[in-house]
Amino acid sequence: MLKDQDKSPSSGAEHAKSTNLTEVNGDVEMLSGGDMVARALEEEGVEFIFGYPGGAVLHIYDALHRHSSVPHILVRHEQAATHAADGYARSTGKTGVVLVTSGPGATNAITGIATAYMDSIPMVVISGQVQSHLIGEDAFQETDMIGISRPIVKHSFLVKRTEDIPRIIKTAFYLAASGRPGPVVVDIPKDITAPAYKAPFDYPAEVSLRSYAPAEKGHSGQIRKAVELLLRAKKPMIYAGGGVIQGNASAALTDLVRHLNFPITNTLMGLGAYPGSDRQFVGMLGMHGTYEANNAMHESDVILAVGARFDDRVTNTISKFCPQATIIHIDVDPASISKTVISHLPIVGPARPVLEEMLSQIKDIEAQPGIANRVDADAIAKWWATIDGWRQKHGLYTQNRFDDSSENIKPQEVVQLLHELTDGKAFVTSDVGQHQMFAAQYYLFDQPRQWINSGGLGTMGFGLPAAMGVKLAHPDAIVACVTGEGSIQMCIQELSTCKQYNLPVLIVNLNNGYLGMVKQWQDMQYESRYSQSVYQDSLPDFIKLAEAYGHVGIKITDKKQLREQMQTAIDTSREQVVFVDVYVDPHEHVYPMQIAPDGAMNDMYLSKTERS
Amino acid sequence: MPTVDVDISTRRIISLLMENSPGALSRVVGLFSQRGYNIETLTVAPTDDVTLSRLTLITLCDDQTIEQITKQLNKLVDVVKLVDLTEGEHIERELMLIKVRASGEAREEIKRTADIFRAQIVDVTSSLYTIQLIGTQQKIDAFIEAVKGSNVIEVVRSGVSGIARGEKVLAL
Ligand SMILES: Cc1ncc(C[n+]2csc(CCOP(=O)(O)OP(=O)(O)O)c2C)c(N)n1
Ligand SMILES: [Mg+2]
Repeated sequence: MLKDQDKSPSSGAEHAKSTNLTEVNGDVEMLSGGDMVARALEEEGVEFIFGYPGGAVLHIYDALHRHSSVPHILVRHEQAATHAADGYARSTGKTGVVLVTSGPGATNAITGIATAYMDSIPMVVISGQVQSHLIGEDAFQETDMIGISRPIVKHSFLVKRTEDIPRIIKTAFYLAASGRPGPVVVDIPKDITAPAYKAPFDYPAEVSLRSYAPAEKGHSGQIRKAVELLLRAKKPMIYAGGGVIQGNASAALTDLVRHLNFPITNTLMGLGAYPGSDRQFVGMLGMHGTYEANNAMHESDVILAVGARFDDRVTNTISKFCPQATIIHIDVDPASISKTVISHLPIVGPARPVLEEMLSQIKDIEAQPGIANRVDADAIAKWWATIDGWRQKHGLYTQNRFDDSSENIKPQEVVQLLHELTDGKAFVTSDVGQHQMFAAQYYLFDQPRQWINSGGLGTMGFGLPAAMGVKLAHPDAIVACVTGEGSIQMCIQELSTCKQYNLPVLIVNLNNGYLGMVKQWQDMQYESRYSQSVYQDSLPDFIKLAEAYGHVGIKITDKKQLREQMQTAIDTSREQVVFVDVYVDPHEHVYPMQIAPDGAMNDMYLSKTERS
Repeated sequence: MPTVDVDISTRRIISLLMENSPGALSRVVGLFSQRGYNIETLTVAPTDDVTLSRLTLITLCDDQTIEQITKQLNKLVDVVKLVDLTEGEHIERELMLIKVRASGEAREEIKRTADIFRAQIVDVTSSLYTIQLIGTQQKIDAFIEAVKGSNVIEVVRSGVSGIARGEKVLAL
């Protein structure tokens, strides 16, 4: 149903004018608030609205129905609207748009807003509000959305006059996508969008705010100092996070890293910022990072952190973090710098221009005669030898560290196979748990925006709706949701949305029959007392469930048939939603795993019996 | 393992200009509770430019925290400009209205104390004085200490406002 709609942003005016609800007063159009919202979204070039109707947004929904050129995706739960908009945003770099009603519609959206906030994803959430004169009276479906969302938004607006809608929506989109991106809430009381009242619609071409001026480039002097540190480094590490992906800086990063021949690690959010299958990539770092990445971090003398925020899941014990390292930190958000780990050389600015300037400064220095201003190639070669030693010893990619000869299907090999059979080119969304870590470790992402997961908030239920948003934006790509039987049930209702809009995503349910990550911690810290991590034979028949929604279900229990069945699943998912239910070893653990509390970066369990 | 916190907190006066818009104040206050920062006093009012409010607050924290507080405050879209007044020479003032029992011999004694502090008696009944005092926090603390014996009935403090000395200004 989407295909026959014209999505070009310019067509909006035409649509609006073709209805008799528009009056033209002089040169300025007179529109109702509802029509203004619809028109503003067209002006912003919005490709999809993810939402769910209700009383407070009925005027807006009517405006969308009458003349909007922007397709609306009706989800089955407002949480899914936010995750789908989020998946769309992560996979395209554009701003995701959500429309929900007041009260329960708004509160249902909260988890998804928080998810986007924690990972700095550009999103505009328009929520209906009860009529202005009822605000504060505990009216039906009234909730203080501005108050509830305050700590999890970049900014928010309560619209007080119809006249303000164009300016506020323009500003909301500007704030969501600029600087450090994030979700912006626009709460609109119902009376403001009523058809009876019309006001001039003059959509601003641009906005500027006296109180908001995100850095556009880095300080050249600081970059110069960073370059000097890098050129003098003997054991450098580049540590890149989601900011590189959000800042479209992957190419700039890759050029710099290759030029320097330095090792690079990515955070969970940064996977794909540098090609995962490249020799210089030492794997993810942190709690479930590779042995080589965590050791290289710990031993390094200079760390260049880009668009990463020294999260506790990365650093382990702060006081033991990388004791010898001088830390250079590039971030567009000054508040991210020296928040947890003190940075010796801060550079405030967006990743791309800073990295580009860094490389050009390096090249300028190298063009000067004399060898003093070069990377110390001998030291770097030695450093690589050390790293390669770690890789040989316990690296994840030099040989399988899990028991691949086991009769049980291992979750790791399912992900490896998915990687192989999709040529490493699929978009992979995930939920939260062991399956997420296996996907992160074993699907080596070569491109930014390919890996879509809730890193900061760790939201179970994210994977399927996010995959819908990705699929809408990339209809020809394979979009796989690697999930667990726990997580998938948190937004399973979206199978219905997939049906309505024909969104053939591939769901790979690594079914271990447990809340596996919880169980792993209980195995390791609570003598295997499985408090509430077991479902006791209550799991649904996922195949029948998929079929009930009109999809294809494939159950995989036999390791010998894994490859063939996975291939069938991938092929079938070109046309239909496929729910692959793979029965994996219920007792597998994710390794490496940093030892906490009180461990350093490089203190890790490497298997059920080995420690670093 | 429990660690012993060494208290290296210092008193900081943050003064900022923010949009005089609904929600702005709650975002500033919310930031403090959300991130576990402390607020000792808080005062806010519009400036000569009605689109701007000036907010002054006192927080007790260490150097790393004050850096985070100022960065996080600056990050709020409503916050236009900000200064840590305690970083330089500055003037700070607080207003107190205090109601004290003033009968018998105490009446004269309180009057004398008020004079010493250059406080003003702004309201009188046969048994009460309401006194207004403007000064630094220390001066106000000292006054309360001085009249304590004589039955303090009600104390209203405005919280500290401040301004930098000399050429330095916090304005658009
Ligand atoms: C909404 C939400 N609730 C609870 C958690 C805590 N949690 C993290 S992982 C996990 C288990 C996930 O189980 P499953 O989806 O089956 O994945 P597995 O670890 O078994 O691969 C839980 C409960 C969470 N991350 N999100
Ligand atoms: Mg599970």
